[in-house]
Amino acid sequence: MGSGTSTQHHFAFQNAEKAFKAAALIQRWYRRYTARLEMRRHCTWRIFQSIEYAGQQDQVKLHDFFSYLVDHFTPSSNHERDFLDRMFTEDRFPQDSEMEKFGDYESIEVPDNYTGPRLSFPLLPDHATALVEAFRLKQQLHARYVLNLLHETRKHLIQLPNINRVSTCYSEEITVCGDLHGQLDDLIFIFHKNGLPSPERAYVFNGDFVDRGKDSVEILMVLFAFMLVYPKEFHLNRGNHEDHLVNLRYGFTKEVMHKYKTHGKKILKILKDVFCWLPLATLVDEKVLILHGGVSDMTDLELLAKLDRHKIVSTMRHKTRKENGKQVKKEEANQKSSAGRPTPWFLPQSRSLPASPLRLGSLQAHRAGRSSSIPCGAPRDAKELARQVRRSVDLELDRCRQQAGFPVSWGKEEASPCTPEADSGAEEPLEPTQEEWRQVLTIFSASNYYEVGSNRGAYVKLGPALTPYIVQYQANKVTHMLTMRQRISRVEESALRALREKLFAHSSDLLGEFKKHDADKTGLITFSDWAEAVESVLHLGLPWRMLRPQLVNSPTDNTLEYKSWLEDLAKEQLNRENIQSSLLETLYRNRSNLETIFRIIDSDHSGFISLDEFRHTWKLFSSHMNINIRDDCICDLARSIDFNKDGHIDINEFLEAFRLVEQSCSEGNASDCPQTTNTNDNGCSKPGTH
Amino acid sequence: MADDKEREDITVAEFHKKIKDAFEVFDHEANNTVDVREIGTIIRSLGCCPSEGELHDLIAEVEEEEPTGYIRFEKFLPVMTEVLLERRYRPIPEDILLRAFEVLDPSKRGFLLKEELIKYMTEEGEPFSQEEMEEMLSAAIDPESNSVHYKDYIAMMVIDES
Repeated sequence: MGSGTSTQHHFAFQNAEKAFKAAALIQRWYRRYTARLEMRRHCTWRIFQSIEYAGQQDQVKLHDFFSYLVDHFTPSSNHERDFLDRMFTEDRFPQDSEMEKFGDYESIEVPDNYTGPRLSFPLLPDHATALVEAFRLKQQLHARYVLNLLHETRKHLIQLPNINRVSTCYSEEITVCGDLHGQLDDLIFIFHKNGLPSPERAYVFNGDFVDRGKDSVEILMVLFAFMLVYPKEFHLNRGNHEDHLVNLRYGFTKEVMHKYKTHGKKILKILKDVFCWLPLATLVDEKVLILHGGVSDMTDLELLAKLDRHKIVSTMRHKTRKENGKQVKKEEANQKSSAGRPTPWFLPQSRSLPASPLRLGSLQAHRAGRSSSIPCGAPRDAKELARQVRRSVDLELDRCRQQAGFPVSWGKEEASPCTPEADSGAEEPLEPTQEEWRQVLTIFSASNYYEVGSNRGAYVKLGPALTPYIVQYQANKVTHMLTMRQRISRVEESALRALREKLFAHSSDLLGEFKKHDADKTGLITFSDWAEAVESVLHLGLPWRMLRPQLVNSPTDNTLEYKSWLEDLAKEQLNRENIQSSLLETLYRNRSNLETIFRIIDSDHSGFISLDEFRHTWKLFSSHMNINIRDDCICDLARSIDFNKDGHIDINEFLEAFRLVEQSCSEGNASDCPQTTNTNDNGCSKPGTH
Repeated sequence: MADDKEREDITVAEFHKKIKDAFEVFDHEANNTVDVREIGTIIRSLGCCPSEGELHDLIAEVEEEEPTGYIRFEKFLPVMTEVLLERRYRPIPEDILLRAFEVLDPSKRGFLLKEELIKYMTEEGEPFSQEEMEEMLSAAIDPESNSVHYKDYIAMMVIDES
């Protein structure tokens, strides 16, 4: 193409329409810039998805652990047996009399200076509306009313079938919303934009109301209130987060105990039961199925309708230990088809998660299967949304409807209408689909789910003839004011932080891999080697070469000093210098599961477990996971974590050792973050451990 | 000679991996295809800076005989490798970019008014879509003066890239 490109451009300028060429040049440059931003945006999304996926795989390990305890572990002492029982007491089936006790709210006094919303039963529409308004003003509902509402909710839910059947001849329109995950702003936005529920405006909320976001309690109160007020028009499906064990892991339990210090435990106990009574699915006009986990080739509506749904307490454990005389024996919670495989409502069978055949498939295969429990989000492109329609699964949907004896219509889907909206960026027109079959739509209603600016939420309106009409939004006004570049940067930083954490958690393995690429022991490897090594250790399926500039600061063009890179990672993550490094790393890698187990053991939700309990837990867990750690190391570790030396470990302090305070840090309270200290010099490859 | 060949082989191998990584980001169904509308993004994020016209030519090279709307990796890889080896569609140096803005600002004020920028970007060259125009304006225009001080703008964008 000639010599120096500078000369070439210069030459071009000297001829012909200068302005035209200048404009073209600027446009060309700008388009490259936006393309790179677009690439970063996609990479960021991939990071979040793969980490979320890895987190769910993690949960599988927990499930395996519990199964292992149930099936294979024989306690060698009374002490151990007692300890184990503690872990499984949650499975106890609450008796009705107990439920009455937990639902007891009448004895709770509401102080005179209480200025929050008050409820009286039977609830009226005004009460529900007032509740929304009160929450919008950041008020908190008094525990007495919470318990009262939950009590009434439970009574209502008990009479509902597994599958809600809705008919659009009563209401003119029906709106379907997906995961909210404690994001009250999104719920308020939906009601504001779409209108409050009413006899003419039906709503279906498809599960995952709680966890992760900070207002799960308020969301539940609003949803339950409207359900009681408009029982024919307002429907809720259970999601996999309507599960007390999942709540331990993902924040809802913490939120309740934080907001309701005196009565939180009662609230949690009755909620545990309320969750079990939530219906599993909603069927509209016998034509549209709304189900949290989506569909797969295993979905069987007949079976779903016949399940004793109340028996499915949690998806994290499906068996319980049978103890003579001590506990109530619970049968297999999940119904199994004749082939011995359960049919959960919460996830398509093709995904590997608790109570489904545990197939730890690769992330690629998972992406190809595209389940709906991972937030596909309401992406910002209309074309991406259209792509979420899966042709193959439609056939399954129809097949299972045939199974259930429903007539199946093969009508052609009409093009979805689009309406320009007043709010900027609130809606996008949809391309007409060419699908002949019914569509499967994945709806996710929590905008800014990972981070402010990460994604939009959406809801679907089913109009006449049940044609879907999708509305997208982003509840946080701040994002509208940011440029695309700023939005992407924020979200990206969040993703990269999470990714760096993961990298740190595998420091030892990474060092091993890097060394393999450094036969001459120069301390250096190429970027290409780095990418290969990282993928072989983390198995996240990420485009490491694209991400490398953001993860590796290297003065040279093509190589990096891997040891110092790993040290830098550790400096970012570690907080306490007195905890031995490689052990810390192992704990770090399993911290989510450990946290969950700790919280299960901490049955009174005090936030503390004893040193003994910690040691026992770790011993059991590590032996199951084949992590080889000597007893004295565990004792040392336990003692060093007991920061105030009182024989108890504060769970939150323990987790803080792993810098899990990212939330507050990212919100700019840098001064609140613990200071980084240096770790041991040769922390990464300590002999004698694992 | 053998050395050169070996070096080129290594380079080609490197390019292959890079191209594969970039391609996979948009391979939503994990079946080695991407929507043709994403090809521009992929090519540009691999370091190239083609014009729209050049992009269309490139797409024509990698499309199927009967266009399906999807591009297969097997077709994309060899073409893209050649592009990288030949160092085609090099990015525009900062000084050239500055001169382009100066061409549009003959009185050398140091800025372009919002209306002027809109006119040039949407009527000349390979015109912007409305969305592209809005996006550029949101970052480039100083709301107080309703103009873009292009030298600062370029500087800001360049920092962003690194």
